[in-house]
Amino acid sequence: MRHLLSTADLSRAEAVRVLDVAEQMAATQQREIKKLPTLRGRTVVNLFFEDSTRTRISFETAAKRLSADVITFSAKGSSVSKGESLKDTALTLQAMGADAVVIRHGSSGAPLRLARSGWTSGAVLNAGDGTHEHPTQALLDAFTLRRHLVGGGPGGGPAADRVGADLAGKHVVVVGDVLHSRVARSNVHLLHVLGARTTLVAPPTLLPIGVETWPCEVSYDLDAALRGDVQGPVDAVMALRVQLERMDAAYFPSAREYSRRYGIDAARLALLPPHASLLHPGPMNRGLEITAEAADGARSRIVEQVTNGVAVRMAALYLLLAGEDA
Amino acid sequence: MTTTLVRAARPLGAEPRDLLLRDGLVAEVAPAGTLTAPDGARTVEAEGLVALPGLVDLHTHLREPGREDAETVDTGTRAAALGGFTAVHAMANTAPVADTAGVVEQVWRLGREAGWCDVRPVGAVTTGLEGQRLAELGAMADSAAGVRVFSDDGKCVFDAVLMRRALEYVKAFDGVVAQHAQEPRLTEGAQMNEGAVSGVLGLRGWPAVAEEAIIARDVLLAGHVGSRLHVCHLSTAGSVEIVRWAKARGVDVTAEVTPHHLLLTDELVRGYDPVYKVNPPLRTDDDVRALRAGVADGTIDVVATDHAPHPVEDKDCEWSAAAMGMTGLETALSVVVQALVEPGHLDWAGVARVMSQTPARIGRVASQGGSLQVGEAANLVLVDPAARWTVDPSAMATKGRNSPFAGRELPARVVATFWEGHATVLDGALATARPAEAGSTWTR
Repeated sequence: MRHLLSTADLSRAEAVRVLDVAEQMAATQQREIKKLPTLRGRTVVNLFFEDSTRTRISFETAAKRLSADVITFSAKGSSVSKGESLKDTALTLQAMGADAVVIRHGSSGAPLRLARSGWTSGAVLNAGDGTHEHPTQALLDAFTLRRHLVGGGPGGGPAADRVGADLAGKHVVVVGDVLHSRVARSNVHLLHVLGARTTLVAPPTLLPIGVETWPCEVSYDLDAALRGDVQGPVDAVMALRVQLERMDAAYFPSAREYSRRYGIDAARLALLPPHASLLHPGPMNRGLEITAEAADGARSRIVEQVTNGVAVRMAALYLLLAGEDA
Repeated sequence: MTTTLVRAARPLGAEPRDLLLRDGLVAEVAPAGTLTAPDGARTVEAEGLVALPGLVDLHTHLREPGREDAETVDTGTRAAALGGFTAVHAMANTAPVADTAGVVEQVWRLGREAGWCDVRPVGAVTTGLEGQRLAELGAMADSAAGVRVFSDDGKCVFDAVLMRRALEYVKAFDGVVAQHAQEPRLTEGAQMNEGAVSGVLGLRGWPAVAEEAIIARDVLLAGHVGSRLHVCHLSTAGSVEIVRWAKARGVDVTAEVTPHHLLLTDELVRGYDPVYKVNPPLRTDDDVRALRAGVADGTIDVVATDHAPHPVEDKDCEWSAAAMGMTGLETALSVVVQALVEPGHLDWAGVARVMSQTPARIGRVASQGGSLQVGEAANLVLVDPAARWTVDPSAMATKGRNSPFAGRELPARVVATFWEGHATVLDGALATARPAEAGSTWTR
């Protein structure tokens, strides 16, 4: 891998390789000394044009645990948040010798633009671009799902049982604001390449035109999807964040109606088979797309997703900066 | 004034003829090899070349006054001459906006001083393009610039009452309203055509209905008040259908399409290169096919460039921050040959119709858009139909480097352009500007 821009660019072998390396990284994180020397002397720049505390911290932690030098650059609110300076910012970082640029940007396609423009020679890692993609989120979701659904079962048996495996035959329901979700796009591509089935559930207003061309099924009815009426029994459900401002733009009438039709609560989780997991990319709007009871319940893998995020980002940085060809 | 003998050119693609251009007029036309050059005359060997009436662009952004960093009347009309144009209509979205007699006269005068082609200013429909009050349309019509085309291009005249009044009002001086059809609410923040590609790319969609709904409203309004209407840059199959329906109903509507909408699709946006960002957006293959068919059957009357130069920094950035628009003057004819002539939708007479005669008629430019007959103004362009060339934006006369055709090989090349007998382009390169004091017997 030269860059990590979109899960659509990943082959099955590359995706599985990331998950396998992440297993190794996760194992090192159980040790008392968590730091590895792998990226000593390499510089990773976190270029955040959009606020995102959790993603930024996750990448910072991942890079530091690999002993890289980390520079975090938050452009939000400064004059740099104006569009034309992406180029100048990139040229500046290039001049300072960045080996990898982790970029979060509000404009869809900005990481691809950065990777192809020649403004930087470093590896570009997409940490979320507009409403396009968030590939490391999808990878950590897949990592979490593999741990629970493949091999040893809940919580994961020995990692060796999972290494090399994909998610063949598994079924994931993704519910929420698909239209504006970079997480959904990255997950649809990745779950497909890993052999899983995906069902997207949303009100029609929050589905993009053309969604019928995506490698997944679509339903407006959450209960039917959870019961298995759309694509068979469900192995996991992923709730997406819904921004309340969408209500003002008439995507849905009220928070209450949204929760009633598309919110995840204990009653809906009870429709699932016993082994099924609940994921959420965070940050959650408790009471809107997910109830506290569901978020904190036994099926919830939400806190674990955060932990796994560090391992997956370590794997991505390792493969981009130090990895032999997968 | 120089006399020129054009030898053995094929007028509108027909049998070769010699054409003698004298005193700004087509003085003689005779079978090839039968005319001899008078003493002191220049001879242009045009064997194998097609002669067309000088091209007339109904939709050009010259950017002056206000954005001289993007283009000036001088650089834009140099590009026009190289593209085979002898007249361009300069859009009103300058700074200040061309919404008064003063501004349109300034642009008109700058065009005369530059000396590369007729510059016909377009007047704004509403003051400041703000869509609130009618600009002084009559004053612009009566000015030295003699404005006949009015447009808020870049913005839609969205208010139905204002649109109705504008359509009615310009009848008094034989004007036409050229509508930029874009429903503003449906296109808030829109970045590209709404369809399968926008969904995958996560770019906010620009639905076809936003264009079609306004066109449908406007053809009904034009029919109701008995005015003529011109629709700028059709980009969707549905728009073609609506215009076809309106024409069948007898509405006095004309429609234009850009060269880029005849060749390019939204698939090109997948790399997020803002050179493909344009308003209206690039659409789908089905739309391209419908637009070509629309030109072929006469539903679409003209091809107009929507030449929209931007400085490098406005395109050298991420997609959503980039300006919309593409250059087009120096590639228009070649793109039309590729998209319409080579597939058999148009012959050369058809090219003359959609790129010269009909635009001149819509813009009421009396001296332009002829058919190379004796006694007409000597506006003509010589085209090498067999040539092929590779587009290099850095070699263009326009200041804009934002050509979506960069690196493509295109057919047909402009060899010479004559503006009222004066050679603005010879051997495919700029010749000389016409001295401003030469004036014109054909003003207005």
